[in-house]
Amino acid sequence: MRNLQKYIGIILPLLVVAALMLYPTITGKAAARETAFTILKAIALASSLNILLGYTGYVSFGHIVFFGFGGYVGFYLLSSQGMSLWVSILAGGFSSGLLAFLLGKAILRLRGAYFALATIGVNEAMRAFINNFDLFGGPTGITLNFKAYLAYGGAAKALEMAFYVVGGLAILAILMSYIIRTSKFGLGLLAIRENEDAAEVMGVFAPDAKTWAYVLSAIIPGMIGVLFFFKNGNVEPHDAFPLHASIELLVMVMLGGQGTVLGPILGAFAYQGMRGYLVTSDFFKDIQLSVSGALLLIIVLFIPAGAVGWLRQRFPILRRVLA
Amino acid sequence: MQQISLLLASLPDGILLGFVYGVAAMGLTLIWGVMNVINLSHGPIISLGMFGTYLIFIKLGINPYLGLFIVAPVGLLLGILIYTVAVHRVINAPHLSSLLATFSVNMIIIGLGTAFFTTSPFNVDFNMGSVTLGSTTLLGTRLIAALAAVIVTGGLYLFLYRTRPGKNIRAVANNRAAAELMGIPSSRILALSFGLGTMLAAISGALIATFFPFSILSGGGYELKSFVIGVLGGLGNPIGALVGGLVLGILEAIIPAFLETSWVPVIEFGLFILVLLVRPNGLFGAKQ
Repeated sequence: MRNLQKYIGIILPLLVVAALMLYPTITGKAAARETAFTILKAIALASSLNILLGYTGYVSFGHIVFFGFGGYVGFYLLSSQGMSLWVSILAGGFSSGLLAFLLGKAILRLRGAYFALATIGVNEAMRAFINNFDLFGGPTGITLNFKAYLAYGGAAKALEMAFYVVGGLAILAILMSYIIRTSKFGLGLLAIRENEDAAEVMGVFAPDAKTWAYVLSAIIPGMIGVLFFFKNGNVEPHDAFPLHASIELLVMVMLGGQGTVLGPILGAFAYQGMRGYLVTSDFFKDIQLSVSGALLLIIVLFIPAGAVGWLRQRFPILRRVLA
Repeated sequence: MQQISLLLASLPDGILLGFVYGVAAMGLTLIWGVMNVINLSHGPIISLGMFGTYLIFIKLGINPYLGLFIVAPVGLLLGILIYTVAVHRVINAPHLSSLLATFSVNMIIIGLGTAFFTTSPFNVDFNMGSVTLGSTTLLGTRLIAALAAVIVTGGLYLFLYRTRPGKNIRAVANNRAAAELMGIPSSRILALSFGLGTMLAAISGALIATFFPFSILSGGGYELKSFVIGVLGGLGNPIGALVGGLVLGILEAIIPAFLETSWVPVIEFGLFILVLLVRPNGLFGAKQ
């Protein structure tokens, strides 16, 4: 029983993902799989962002750049070099990690709002650069030859497989988030979040720790990017680096509770669910963005710790359960 | 030789445009300088300024330059409203809170704007003739817009340095706690500063609308430009913003003579990151 309590912080998030992966099979509707895919993708991305935002306290406003960049590299290998999806996904994750490593060395020196601004700049610079980069198809992007799906048993099978892969990546992101959170490295990151100078005095080598946090938060988004564009069959600069998607990720992390393992998962679930409802409802569909904005404002102003953070503050007993 | 004549044709245009960019960036940088908040609702407010010109000129038939006298106070009041509702509670919170609070205002404005105006482009067909100097032709609308931008900058300067509320703003920017001890009502001054920042954004939008087509989403691009300019000129330095605006306008005029136009944003944002890394206080010094 004690053991179970100790691990409930990771069991609960994994149960959520497992339920999502089974959801389409249970309901048997094709649309259900699409919904579940979007939520799983959001969970993986938000959990990754949380490593940097929640644990380390650095606000990355352009995190989607790793999704786009990794996705572009992997998709290029997949469609133009004929490599398999698995190699491409790994390559996408690796290239995003490498980009984060190089960027991190430079821009993680900036603190607070300056860092946030720099990440916006990086995203826009990358988008504009890819727009001019002929190898990646410039403004029109790359389209996957339909035959590529044959290797995975046809388009229908490939889409189904993509769904289970995104579930696997979501689990990977959660495990990574949990392991970091409970490790000594994670403790160092939390110390940096509270007070970077004090953390350095206590023996945390902040520049390295921050860079690795940045790298770890970039790998999964790169892999998700490859998978997402594989599923879509094409990639364009416009779809790969949407600034608003970066901010949506921040909202998810904020909504659920930054710096917790479960928070980003709940946040992703709630945000996507709410969006799905608003976009389809007759009454809200024209002003769904305004309604989302107003809800976000209420959360930022009144519950800045997010749902999980609020629960932990309110019910101390949950602190042992909710990681 | 061909490039030089191309430059001569586009450079004056770029400079004139730079003044207007400068006014937009001044709004952003003023808010940052006074309260260390990056206003992510800047772009939609620029768009609202554009639609202000559209409504005033097309629907009411008032001259767009006279319309500025309507757009400016409305922008000021809107900014004070935004500050009171969304920003005041998070003014001392970590940066993420104020960034997200202003972004939620951004979403609200874009959502309502889309419902009212759709996202399709609008155009204000307004002609002020043109001036020809040798091989270059200057559009009248741009000349007047640049002139208006200079007047607005001068007015802001006089306001900040010659009037009591302006001096209070500078005091609060310098040290809020000390200003409060001297009896300055800092909350009201912060609200006024935010209002002034959005007023400048709205004015720049209103001016841009006289020569470029626009939609409710086009403010976003000018918001990003304002970030670049603000960082170039030093965040928190309104006069630096005008110079930064000129730099950006000139860059936009020069680059297409040598490279394809689509490279302009690559260079702009590359420069932006570089300046942030090398001289985070900007090329002309941060807030004074």
